[in-house]
Amino acid sequence: MAALTPAGPMAPVTPPAIAAGPGGRAGRPRRIRVWRGVVLLVAAVYFLVPLIASFTFTVKDASKGFTLDAYGQILSAEGFGKSLLLSLGLGVATIVVVLLLTLPAMLAVRLSVPKLKPVLEILCTLPLVVPPITFVAGITTILQWGPDHLADTPFFQTIIAAQNPDFPVVLVLAYVILALPFVYRALDAGLGALDARTLVEAARNLGASWPHLLFRVIVPNLRSALASASFLTLALVLGEFTIASLLHYQTFPVWIYTISGSQAQVSVAVSVFSLLITWLLLLVLSSAGARQRSGS
Amino acid sequence: MNGAKVELRGLRRNFSGTTALDGLDLTIEPGELIALLGPSGCGKTTALRCVAGFEQPDEGAVLIDGADITRVPANRRDAGMVFQSYSLFPNLSIRDNVAFGLRVRKVAAAKRHARAQELLELIGLPQIGERYPHQLSGGQQQRVALARALALEPRVLLLDEPLSALDAKVRVTLREEIRRLQLSLGITTIFVTHDQEEALSMADRVAVLRAGRLEQVADPATLYDRPTTAFVAEFVGTMNRIPGKLSGRTVTVLGQDLPVEGDVPATSDVEVLVRPETVIVTPDPSSEAMILVSSFRGSTSRLRVQLGDLEMLADVPGHDTVRLAPGTRVRVELVERPVLVSASSDVAAAVPVSEHDVV
Repeated sequence: MAALTPAGPMAPVTPPAIAAGPGGRAGRPRRIRVWRGVVLLVAAVYFLVPLIASFTFTVKDASKGFTLDAYGQILSAEGFGKSLLLSLGLGVATIVVVLLLTLPAMLAVRLSVPKLKPVLEILCTLPLVVPPITFVAGITTILQWGPDHLADTPFFQTIIAAQNPDFPVVLVLAYVILALPFVYRALDAGLGALDARTLVEAARNLGASWPHLLFRVIVPNLRSALASASFLTLALVLGEFTIASLLHYQTFPVWIYTISGSQAQVSVAVSVFSLLITWLLLLVLSSAGARQRSGS
Repeated sequence: MNGAKVELRGLRRNFSGTTALDGLDLTIEPGELIALLGPSGCGKTTALRCVAGFEQPDEGAVLIDGADITRVPANRRDAGMVFQSYSLFPNLSIRDNVAFGLRVRKVAAAKRHARAQELLELIGLPQIGERYPHQLSGGQQQRVALARALALEPRVLLLDEPLSALDAKVRVTLREEIRRLQLSLGITTIFVTHDQEEALSMADRVAVLRAGRLEQVADPATLYDRPTTAFVAEFVGTMNRIPGKLSGRTVTVLGQDLPVEGDVPATSDVEVLVRPETVIVTPDPSSEAMILVSSFRGSTSRLRVQLGDLEMLADVPGHDTVRLAPGTRVRVELVERPVLVSASSDVAAAVPVSEHDVV
């Protein structure tokens, strides 16, 4: 059935000219189309079923049948705004730090020591293979060990400030590391499509200083790569649960989990809601990337 | 004169084991267009990059008007550069590309736009200011790159094979245009190329480099007619090597006695260097020599002639192609003029030297 369903609506689309063409030629596109439909259907089932199930769960009510109350309650729910703002703030800070860290490093490696590129690549990919739980264990140890040994030094204040529950810098640092692989991939693809060396030399030759050429030449030409790096980082921060939860910070995912105990419907509604927000961001960013392509 | 005098003094540069520059000395006079010519890996691009400041020589100095600029960073040098690959900033319009250097120097917008327009008119593309690089052809992009390099009125212009990515026709018109602009602006220009035709047709002087050293520097006619070394003779143009017997300052070759020019080797067994266009080929059924291959090139034809176990190249006018078809028996003579000789190489009986065809 799966093979037939997509072929049904597709069939009328096939122009008669192709259908009348030589057998081999007409047969192949049709078979490709059928398979395309199958893949699409399987993917759609995989992604849509949980979504629809979640949505149905949030709008079903034993007495009234259909209700959007759960969505109405999101805004009034205790801690929603605060945790969402905290997560967004952490996301923005992480993006700024990770980009300031990787872009100059990658550019420098590409321009002057291409031999180090594999080393940088491995370094940046490493976080993928280290489970978050190990991070937490390491960070917790440091945070406990730190204050005892640094009590008399200025670092004491720093380590305390980094754990401020209103804006835990320590989470930003952890997220920067988690985001490295994604940011590296995105920027590497962007830089690969750019003849960075020639552009840099042309700008230097015209008198541009390093900061000038970085912000006026490299960044504008890497816009879509920077956008996708930022988006991936933001999505990562908005969805990260393990580290934040184990270090006892009320980020957005942690908050969803917390209220799911008392208000199951609201927590699922929030999940659907945050998914929509993420999609919206993705749309905005990809359309920004498309605009750049047509503009440049 | 707007051009500066550029001096390269004993430039030496090593890249992890390979020597790119090996004590290069060269003085470029104000307002001169000099072509750096040589096979790939001869160090010509490295030399140019030393002048631009993208490369630091291990030893030696670069002087502009007598001032040592070897350690001056690239963005504070007074030299405009055009690159081999397309180097326009993709995110900026053509006008902003040309005005980039002025913007860096914080020139007011109105003034720099006027200057950009002026330069676009100079390169013959006044109407494209609002367009973006990807909308231009390769030739147009290189012209804009030239305008951009000239925007700051540099006293030295550096051209790093700017025409090699273009197709043949555009290449010829653009090189004439570059030459015209260079002459009218009087700007000292260093032009790196591996294309001998380009070097010979554009430059005031051509410097032939080999393995990081200067082999010969001379005006194009001298370089072609009076190469001082066998390397130059073979690299610039095509040369036949024909065995001959030396006696005093004359050499006997193909039954002719010709005066010798330049250095005379110690041995009497020598090879005479002969350009294909100085080989005269006439049909003669009684002769031993025979035409093997004839390749028609429009105005001329290049013939490959076999004479005993010797093969040589000869250029004849295009209209002679019919009567000089492959298989024709011919008589081979040389034009009566002084020739260069070099000691016999061990290479089996003088084979025509590799052809450096115009790419």
